[in-house]
Amino acid sequence: MRRRPFGTALAGLAAAMTLALAACGGSDTPAASSSSAGSGVTGTVNVSAAASLTESFNQIGKDFEAAYPGTKVVFNYGGSSTLAAQINQGAPADVFAAASPATMKTVTDAGNGTGTPATFVKNQLVIAVPKGNPKGVTSLGDLVKPGVKVALCAVEVPCGAAAKKALDAANVKLTPVTQETDVKAALSKVKLGEVDAALVYRTDVKAASADVDGVEFPESAGAVNAYPIVVLKNAPNATAAQAFLAYVLSDKAKAVLLAAGFQAP
Amino acid sequence: MRTQRRGTGSRAPLVLVLPAALGLLFLVLPLAGLLLRVPWTDLPSRLTEPSVLAALRLSLLTATAATAVCAALGVPLAWLLARVEFRGRKLVRALVTVPLVLPPVVGGVALLLVFGRRGLIGEWLDRAFGITLPFTTAGVIVAEAFVAMPFLVIAVEGALRGADTRYEEAAATLGASRWTTFRRVTLPLVAPGVAAGAVLCWARALGEFGATITFAGNFPGRTQTMPLAVYLALENDLDAALVLSLILLVVSVVILTSLRDRWIATP
Repeated sequence: MRRRPFGTALAGLAAAMTLALAACGGSDTPAASSSSAGSGVTGTVNVSAAASLTESFNQIGKDFEAAYPGTKVVFNYGGSSTLAAQINQGAPADVFAAASPATMKTVTDAGNGTGTPATFVKNQLVIAVPKGNPKGVTSLGDLVKPGVKVALCAVEVPCGAAAKKALDAANVKLTPVTQETDVKAALSKVKLGEVDAALVYRTDVKAASADVDGVEFPESAGAVNAYPIVVLKNAPNATAAQAFLAYVLSDKAKAVLLAAGFQAP
Repeated sequence: MRTQRRGTGSRAPLVLVLPAALGLLFLVLPLAGLLLRVPWTDLPSRLTEPSVLAALRLSLLTATAATAVCAALGVPLAWLLARVEFRGRKLVRALVTVPLVLPPVVGGVALLLVFGRRGLIGEWLDRAFGITLPFTTAGVIVAEAFVAMPFLVIAVEGALRGADTRYEEAAATLGASRWTTFRRVTLPLVAPGVAAGAVLCWARALGEFGATITFAGNFPGRTQTMPLAVYLALENDLDAALVLSLILLVVSVVILTSLRDRWIATP
């Protein structure tokens, strides 16, 4: 007696789900507005880029749009590994710029890139300390002094892997108070005064120069992160994507990147 | 007196059953997706990994401690909101729910600004007692309690409002003090509500991520709870992240259902 209506409900549910799914599929079909006729560079370029590129790529995007009227660059910033996972799960993007070759490799290994990724900048680690350097940190060795609290990135993320390489090279056994999930989180611990130092990229220190100072150290030369960029295989707007990649490699874009603290590859 | 509602209508109306089934499906499907994708063969070896066990132990310990803190502070707070008339009660009630709407990461930053090394209270704690909360297990408990306490307060306040106040009045008439009334009459009366609130609070604390990583940081064995371990595993090893998620899921479901059966009389 109580079974029957539930059975009916299930049938109805199945019907509703089918309808709902069909509706979703329908609205998901691309409007095909991006690729207009001819070989002209136009339409929207979707760029997935490492979070550390935020400031410079915003500028480069504006410059690109000015150089190619009719184009629009949309950025999706995030941790490189997150972006790579999104792309490998089928997220519609045209260009991918990663903060490490290893992360880029997960995308190219999955067959989602076109051609060989181009390295467009390098980024080096520095020691970020609160403004004025209250603990007088001048080298990696100073980080293991008693009473110095240090934040590192976890080794799973690019900045953590680079930090480990640098510390190993310097033969410094450092126990941080925390292993942050990304470089901006490590930097914010310095800004808030919760730690006395953190190993972050030079570009991060430059972007936060009002609150933190950067201390360069020689061992960072052995732990430089290269940033590769690639046009994706399933790029909805491949023409504009190629143009954007070429623009990132141009001298004009390079000037923007160097001003942000990146190094030429 | 509660009337038994079950069995009043002979058939559940489709207009309710259909959205209910859709709702259930919506909640269960992601779970099914997780289960389908889990590399089952890896499970036993992952389960015995010291780092996984350390994260699991820390998660259970901190969630339980946070629930104890929430109960000790939250039950009196709920009583105050439900039983005492005072000016600004509505405002206080709204303030209690703030952690619910606050993004947990913002909650973590707010905690740093108060309990951090340079925080309003933290600076004094550090100078007077040498206590620093960030990057410690105690810090994890603070972060979890901050995010989870509203669940307990709201549940207990609801139970208090639903409870019959005549028992309390009778106790007062017989000469019991307000404290005795609370302890001997009110608390036993709303015990199921407190238990339900504690279970919700514990579950929320167990899954806490944003406030924990921001306030307590991430260090294996000390502040790396299961959700943090899952997030980091997601960076380069999806399978490991799935296995960790499953372990957390199974442990929490087992504990929650067993507690539910013991504490909360199912109607």
